[in-house]
Amino acid sequence: MTARLDARPKRNHQDLVSMLGKQAKVLYPPAIALLIFLVIWQVFTSLPGATLPTPIQTVEETWELIVNPFFDNGGNDKGLFWQVFTSLQRVALGYTLAAIVGIGLGILIGTSTFMFRALDPIFQVLRTVPPLAWLPISLAAFQQANPSAIFVIFITAIWPIIINTAEGVRQIPQDYNNVARVLRLSRTEYFFKILMPATVPYIFTGLKIGIGLSWLAIVAAEMLIGGVGIGFFIWDAWNSSRISDIIIAIIYVGLVGLLLDWLISQIAKLVVPEEQKQG
Amino acid sequence: MQTLNTTELNINPPLNHDPYLVIDNVSKAYPTPDGAYVVLNGINLTVHEGEFICLIGHSGCGKSTLLDMVSGFRKPTEGEVRLQTKRITEPGPDRMVVFQNYSLLPWMTAYENIYLGVKSVFPDKPEAEKRAIVRDHLALVGLSDAADKKPKELSGGMKQRVCIARALALRPQVLILDEPFGALDPITREELQEELLKIWTDHRVTVLMITHDIDEALFLGDRLVMMTNGPAAQIGEILNIPFPRPRNRTRLMEDPHYYDLRNHALDFLYRRFAHDDA
Ligand SMILES: Nc1ncnc2c1ncn2[C@@H]1O[C@H](COP(=O)(O)OP(=O)(O)OP(=O)(O)O)[C@@H](O)[C@H]1O
Ligand SMILES: [Mg+2]
Repeated sequence: MTARLDARPKRNHQDLVSMLGKQAKVLYPPAIALLIFLVIWQVFTSLPGATLPTPIQTVEETWELIVNPFFDNGGNDKGLFWQVFTSLQRVALGYTLAAIVGIGLGILIGTSTFMFRALDPIFQVLRTVPPLAWLPISLAAFQQANPSAIFVIFITAIWPIIINTAEGVRQIPQDYNNVARVLRLSRTEYFFKILMPATVPYIFTGLKIGIGLSWLAIVAAEMLIGGVGIGFFIWDAWNSSRISDIIIAIIYVGLVGLLLDWLISQIAKLVVPEEQKQG
Repeated sequence: MQTLNTTELNINPPLNHDPYLVIDNVSKAYPTPDGAYVVLNGINLTVHEGEFICLIGHSGCGKSTLLDMVSGFRKPTEGEVRLQTKRITEPGPDRMVVFQNYSLLPWMTAYENIYLGVKSVFPDKPEAEKRAIVRDHLALVGLSDAADKKPKELSGGMKQRVCIARALALRPQVLILDEPFGALDPITREELQEELLKIWTDHRVTVLMITHDIDEALFLGDRLVMMTNGPAAQIGEILNIPFPRPRNRTRLMEDPHYYDLRNHALDFLYRRFAHDDA
């Protein structure tokens, strides 16, 4: 930031003050809120009979995990980086499948009124099923932990992708479809020149909701499946009463979720046509 | 149906006396919860090749509906529309439409919007020729410099020019314009009217154009089709516009016959078929 200011010598002292003031306006509120949160946490957990560790205790007890995320002692005994990394691989696989199948199905039910009538009610029912409810079914079907976990992610993330894609296709302005009809565009031409550009903002809305859900699902799925992964790490910590570890893992989960969301937004920025951006 | 008999005054004889486009006893009803709503009832119109037909009538009387049955976007409930004796059943590039609200694809440049149609309609032409067609038609509407601009960077008049260029690039037999200049300011509108007239003179494409502006119709058209009010609207009267071409707006205004026609049309629209709420 200083570099930017130096590069523009025209900025005078007053500008600098007002700019710092602006930065402060953005940074102070969350910092203060966080501080208050920590203080409340500290106060309540210091009361007699408190069941959870104080923030200071938490950091003390998990210091090894915080400073050394990369250790690998074999088995489940791995640093948080590896735990998160394993979970992310599962998410990547399940989510990619959900994206491909979801966009495909979304386009299908968006372009065909018949398909929409046939499938939409089923989708509307299935999408409300919580991720954990899918787990027994998928364990029964796949008989193996890893594919089951991936299936749970897939089935959790797919609904918003299908529904938003279909909505996007149905929202294509009639004018554009009329242009396609009068020009007698081929199916491929229609797909790439009209359907996709018109629908892509909706697809990304679905993808963004989907990535959040898939990350929610992974933690739930891994808790019961076991092995390496941030979800099972939390469950394992609970079973061995390492409450501080759980708290640190939760913070990791939150930050990674935020990162995934940001990642999809960045991709959307690259892919969505300039003219189609909302706002 | 009254028809002003001015045929002998027509100094713009059609290129070909065979009927070119025939609207044959066409009726259109839209289904509604309380039964069919008849919009058009028994429309007959024969258009000759190269004619410039203007269509006028109060809002909601069914002008767009009628032209949609020529373009093929809607089907008549009764009767049929034929182009060169062939019944029209679906939209196609031989009847290009300049839509009421531009309808350019916003993610494509002016060039790409026109090219999309050229590529689809002339798939067998060599690439260089397709590109030349696009460039020629951009030049035709004076937009060579705006080729790489997206629609949102273009003014309303420029967008409408691109639409006209896109339509003409496909060498349509009939050009259908639904209130093409309605949203433009008066100066741009007059400019575009003159451009359209020049293009029509050079290309001799058959034009069907909806307008709300009697002066526009008298300046451009060979005949003015005036519709009665809906529901069940009909063609109330067809006015021949016998002014010699090439037309000049100022000279036209000085012609006493111009005001006769203008008053006749105004009388039709605002006295004999005044809108209920007018
Ligand atoms: N799909 C439809 N279903 C039912 N009624 C319709 C439909 N499309 C048009 N109409 C009705 O048909 C009538 C004629 O509509 P149309 O758009 O052809 O009028 P118009 O003469 O072009 O009007 P304007 O000058 O306002 O464009 C209107 O009353 C309209 O409400
Ligand atoms: Mg209309």
